[in-house]
Amino acid sequence: MDEAAGLQVVTLVSVGRHPVTGRARRAPLDARAVELGLRIPGARQVLLHAGDPGAEALREYLGMGVETMHVVRCGPRDDVLPALRAPLRTLRPSLILTGMRAEGAEDSGMVPYLIAQSLGWPIVAQVADVAIGRDGKATVVQALPRGRRREFEVTLPCVLAAGMGAPAPRPSAYARAWRGRMAEASVAPVADARCEGWQESLARPRGKRLRAPRGGSAAARQRAATVVVASGGAVLQPGSPQEAARAILEYLRRAGVR
Amino acid sequence: MTTPSNIAWLLIVTAAVAAVGAWRRWRLWRAGQPASVDWIGGLLAMPRRYLVDVHEVVAREPASARMHVHVAGGLAAILALLVLIYLLDLQSWWLRLALLVAVLMMWRGLRMLVERRRAPPAHLSRGGFQRLPDVLRLLAIGLGVLAVFLVLGNREVGGIVGLALFATLALGMAELAVATWGGPLKHAFAGALHLAFHPRPERFSGEKRSTALKPLDLAAARLGAERPIDFKWNQLLGFDACVQCGRCEQMCPAYAAGQPLNPKKLIQDLVLGFSMTGDDRRYTGSPHPGQAPGDRRGAPTAPIVPELVAPETLWACTTCRACVYECPMMIEHVDAILDMRRHLTLAQGATPAKAVNVLEELRQTDNSGGQDPKARIDWAVDQRLRLMRDVRQADVLLWLGDGAFDRRVQRTLRALFKLLRAAGVDFAVLGEEELDCGDLARRLGDEAAFQSLARRNLAILGRYRFNIIVTADPHAYHSLKNEYPALGGHFRVMHHTGYLAGLQRQGRLKIAASTDARPVSYHDPCYLGRYNGEVAAPRALLGALGVPLKEMARSGLRSRCCGGGGGAAITDVPGKLRIPDMRMEDARAAGAEIVAVACPQCTVMLEGVIGPRPEVRDVAELLAEAVVE
Repeated sequence: MDEAAGLQVVTLVSVGRHPVTGRARRAPLDARAVELGLRIPGARQVLLHAGDPGAEALREYLGMGVETMHVVRCGPRDDVLPALRAPLRTLRPSLILTGMRAEGAEDSGMVPYLIAQSLGWPIVAQVADVAIGRDGKATVVQALPRGRRREFEVTLPCVLAAGMGAPAPRPSAYARAWRGRMAEASVAPVADARCEGWQESLARPRGKRLRAPRGGSAAARQRAATVVVASGGAVLQPGSPQEAARAILEYLRRAGVR
Repeated sequence: MTTPSNIAWLLIVTAAVAAVGAWRRWRLWRAGQPASVDWIGGLLAMPRRYLVDVHEVVAREPASARMHVHVAGGLAAILALLVLIYLLDLQSWWLRLALLVAVLMMWRGLRMLVERRRAPPAHLSRGGFQRLPDVLRLLAIGLGVLAVFLVLGNREVGGIVGLALFATLALGMAELAVATWGGPLKHAFAGALHLAFHPRPERFSGEKRSTALKPLDLAAARLGAERPIDFKWNQLLGFDACVQCGRCEQMCPAYAAGQPLNPKKLIQDLVLGFSMTGDDRRYTGSPHPGQAPGDRRGAPTAPIVPELVAPETLWACTTCRACVYECPMMIEHVDAILDMRRHLTLAQGATPAKAVNVLEELRQTDNSGGQDPKARIDWAVDQRLRLMRDVRQADVLLWLGDGAFDRRVQRTLRALFKLLRAAGVDFAVLGEEELDCGDLARRLGDEAAFQSLARRNLAILGRYRFNIIVTADPHAYHSLKNEYPALGGHFRVMHHTGYLAGLQRQGRLKIAASTDARPVSYHDPCYLGRYNGEVAAPRALLGALGVPLKEMARSGLRSRCCGGGGGAAITDVPGKLRIPDMRMEDARAAGAEIVAVACPQCTVMLEGVIGPRPEVRDVAELLAEAVVE
């Protein structure tokens, strides 16, 4: 008997943007959220999206093996929060999964927090793994910097935001993507008053100013500009596998990973 | 005991038992998917396909051909004569003499068969195949005695001799009767029908080559082959024709590298799958490397992967077609593997992890490396290439391929530009409008990505006027030439070696003798040689250079794959050896100091072999050094 049998999971998904070509795709973090959901055995899965129901990229989520997606029609300048809240009321999930941050729109990374706030639910960010217990609690593994992990229990219902520590998303299968059902939910769109008059333009990385080394001979300046200064750590070469393993263990202990 | 009526009854009973078996087998095949088959034309063409096309393959091993001509020819003649003598009751003495001659002919072949089977090499299956020479010899002895009696005018043989004679004949005939029930002679029966109803009848006519994958209907309810009965019925018939001679096994690069693929075993797995429910313990040949007999089990309606065939077995294939080229039963192994891959990728998303990344990049950037498509020809800014977008028409459209993103392949392409300019060729490129040709996606089973890329490429090609497409990539060459026509794109396409050889013949490209005296081996790319039959042009060009050419043991149409085809370089199934290492060893054994290649994939694979090793140069690079401008 699966502990999570019958548990209603709603995963919020968005349309991502390929970093090189800008083409629509499944957003990597949202895909990881879907993957987390699919790994909960026995749970009922539904996807929820606020945006254009015609976006083909959404089918990539269905191709991962979820049968139904609810889409709330929403313009690019509409506020997604009220759009998401209405269907959440009818779906009555015990668990809401989402990625930490979308690609596109405002990219504020605030949606998971605002959803949790409006529902009055707890939220865990940077989720790497989740297991549902018998007692209506979820055991959640949170990814911390430098490879550390933290595990704790959360009482359902809750919002979990998947980070890059979550398992890599399974591939989207063509047949499943086109067999999956897209259900359009009708919610009156609410324009986001704050973005009126905003202008969008592509971000350009700011040029990095190089500090020109002064003084010394030409060779010294060349060396100063090109030689990489080691930033800690030790080079173990040659060294036996045992020494290497000891060094790695020691490093992990110092970093707080057991 | 041995009376004409008894023998007539023996023949009738044998035929009846065989007919029931044939009917059962037929039903098993017909459980497969429908296929459009030219029933009458196929049956009429069958003898010619057998005597010409099959013989051409078998005769590559002359001893086998001699053996088979004697045994099969003798047996066929014997059966026909027995029908004439006993069922039609013809009393001619000449028929009796002919029977004796036919028996002697079969006997001669059987001696060769016994020799071949004395200590069977690993590629031959044992089991029933080991029994066959003894049973056939028993039959031949019985028939020989019978024929001698007949020739001497005795139609009846009584007493203990007659009893023994009849028992011998009955035992021998039983082997023929069980052929249709799965006995070792099954290949004769299934093979004949396979020739008649072959899924690729075009490989027996015209250029005698049919290597393009058939498009998949993406709107179909089932995509690819999930269960054994998802193959077309004549594919199942083809699998059943396998005689387990192991010629595919001897030539398969993945098998030689110790990867878990033995094409012969794969076909036998599929025969098991569609014909029974159970495991593979009765298979008596070499297993897939790393697997033991009894590991695989299946049923006609059970999913093939992973119980019957492990996924690594399917992803280890380089689609080099060496197995298909060697198969005397004309089985299409690669089509079967692709049907199963298509199911895994399209229906289940069960493509190996690294291949998934490549497929996603192909969808997002139209090239397999996920590079910025706008940067496709940035490296050639000094070449001042003419863009089709600007010139609208040119004699030659030069297809660069995804190799354009690879620095090594860029060197080859630069050499090609130099040669084309030296010959005064009017050429232009598509530049950033060019997309990946879709070959890789297709071989990884992603027919949707292939069709999308192909259709968009066709739309772009349709905008411009050109006489011919030339490419240095045999994979693009094969796709554009052989696989795009099914989607409505008909172009004249040439590989750069073929095109340059033409220029050289016409005197437009002048090649000075090479000053480099190092011996050269030419490595035939599978997609140029076996897929398209082009083995002469690259050799003609190397001949014009005057370099000492040392052929590897396996070259031309029997060349060994570099290991880079069919996405195998990406799926990277572990084995004991690496295929490019083995190929480089072939070149070393031939005494080569330079390996001439004609494919970006082969270039990258062979250059990945650790040194010291022969240098890897594209034919275009070698020519560019000696071209007279």
